[in-house]
Amino acid sequence: MSFDIPIDRWISTLVDWLVDHGQGFFDVIRSTLEVLTFGIEDLLLLPPDWLLACALGGLAWWRVNWRFALFTVAALLLIVSMDLWEETVATLALVLAATLVSLLLGIPLGIACAYSDRVERIIRPVLDLMQTMPAFVYLIPAAMFFGLGPVPGVVATIIFAMPPAVRLTNLGIRQVPAELVEAGLAFGCTWWQLLVKVQLPAARPSIMAGINQAIMLALSMVVIASMIGAGGLGDTVLRGIQRLDVGLGFEGGLGVVILAIILDRITQSFGR
Amino acid sequence: MPCAPAPGARSPDRPARRTSHRIVHLRLEHISKVFGSEPALGLEALHRGISKSELLAVTNHVIGVRDVSLDIEHGELFVVMGLSGSGKSTLVRLINRLIEPSEGHVLLDGIDVTALSNRDLVALRRDKMSMVFQSFALLPHLNVLDNVAFGLRIAGVDATTARHHARAALELVGIAEVAGQRPEQLSGGMQQRVGLARAWVTEPEILLMDEAFSALDPLIRTEMQDALLELQRNDRRTIVFISHDLAEAVRIADRIAIMSEGEIRQVGKPAEIVGNPADGYVRAFFRDVQPGRLFTAGDIAQACDGPIYGEPVAAGALLEEILPRAAASDAPLPVADARGNIIGCIDRGRLLQTLAAGQPTS
Repeated sequence: MSFDIPIDRWISTLVDWLVDHGQGFFDVIRSTLEVLTFGIEDLLLLPPDWLLACALGGLAWWRVNWRFALFTVAALLLIVSMDLWEETVATLALVLAATLVSLLLGIPLGIACAYSDRVERIIRPVLDLMQTMPAFVYLIPAAMFFGLGPVPGVVATIIFAMPPAVRLTNLGIRQVPAELVEAGLAFGCTWWQLLVKVQLPAARPSIMAGINQAIMLALSMVVIASMIGAGGLGDTVLRGIQRLDVGLGFEGGLGVVILAIILDRITQSFGR
Repeated sequence: MPCAPAPGARSPDRPARRTSHRIVHLRLEHISKVFGSEPALGLEALHRGISKSELLAVTNHVIGVRDVSLDIEHGELFVVMGLSGSGKSTLVRLINRLIEPSEGHVLLDGIDVTALSNRDLVALRRDKMSMVFQSFALLPHLNVLDNVAFGLRIAGVDATTARHHARAALELVGIAEVAGQRPEQLSGGMQQRVGLARAWVTEPEILLMDEAFSALDPLIRTEMQDALLELQRNDRRTIVFISHDLAEAVRIADRIAIMSEGEIRQVGKPAEIVGNPADGYVRAFFRDVQPGRLFTAGDIAQACDGPIYGEPVAAGALLEEILPRAAASDAPLPVADARGNIIGCIDRGRLLQTLAAGQPTS
């Protein structure tokens, strides 16, 4: 039996068409993300490594406790001593840029889902697709649209990291107790006041969990994104794998883990 | 209000019953609410007199409130009573349009609330109405002071002024010392004091209270009722109070409306309803009320036949409160009004008859 719906050819045609005709659009996105990513990276490289490590340690002290602050400084100095500081900062910049864009798109989308069942019905399968489609599948077209370098990596990371921000914003707003919303309305809130003074603050723990998840997913995307030249720690890991240099790969991986622990604990603290 | 509290009235904090002023403040005119996908169809069935359960079974529509008309007077504490599912919580939300009525009108001082634009409705809620909720509904991210200031801030009052008023309102309900704490750190009774202060601080004409004390322990509930009556005595507001607790209704109400299946079964002063229940449902509702806590000396006083002996009891005193006096003296008890004039006497037989019958007998 030969019954073949040619989805493969449709998608290839679509991608080719977009590459041919959407270049202006992609260039705008590309330069915006470049400015954002490199901007953050340059900013983070401005102070000497020990100063940034101490600043992050201070943040950890303020948000978590002194023990975690100590760990933060020690772990970052370990990265410096492994001579991976620039790679780590590049990864951090990529993660922050991708997370920032994820939140700028994801939180309003989550609010829209919470306000409208119809929007939620449309968005939900799209989020499922974004989260489960193997990353390599959209990594290749991303490279075709945006060329090599950090930008397609950032785009792929955004796609992967945005769903939890949307989902948990939606969930958080829907879970605000009905009487709390009624109280807001009964005291004369406009819809905007209701959103920013009642619903978003009451949904904050859930939204912060979404932000935390977005950052974690972004970090897990870093190694994969390095395959299209995103650079950073993922690149170190990749080089380790290619040369069968287990030690180098481990150092890069350790750097990712350290970043993950620091970002996780600090962002979690904002949810409480 | 020019109503002097009668000495020894029903509860120490109880404001005097109003007798002279009968100015309608809030009027509900033939107001109905049908929940469902086609309210118009449901309404039509409702007009044909279909019962709540029939409508639900046939068309999957729910009657929340059915053709309710009420006149609530200035400064009145009006209690709407009913079991859960009777439509009382829906009714209170129709007044400030948290739920839109399917038909009928809500008139506040003659202004048709149901016809207001969204913008005017927001203004009305800010200036003239506020609400207290069963689950307190305090904002978890704000401290107590800012929770109380919430309504003022929403209405555009600057932070300093709003906090100043909020602090005064907290003092009024007796919890100024917790201003800096988070709501979750407080007990239920304290939280509802915050809720009451939040509603009181905007100086609303109409205060809507939805089962406001129902979630509290009995002892705390009584305290809160006293706190409300105290506020009401010093600064009268029109209050629509939703409750399923009969003892509470009898204790605080100027008038009570009994609701079931979305309809008002009877409206009147507590003693009037007990003395003359409109139907079996209302009678069953009041079966457990103790007449000694419901009727006052003034309610059963009769003309004195003979000389008057002894110190008079206040007309507003509960029968329960005059029992010891009646037990101690064989002579009829004189009853005096607020100005000290003797308005009649109660003999022991009359008192016992009333308590036994559950209502004054003629």
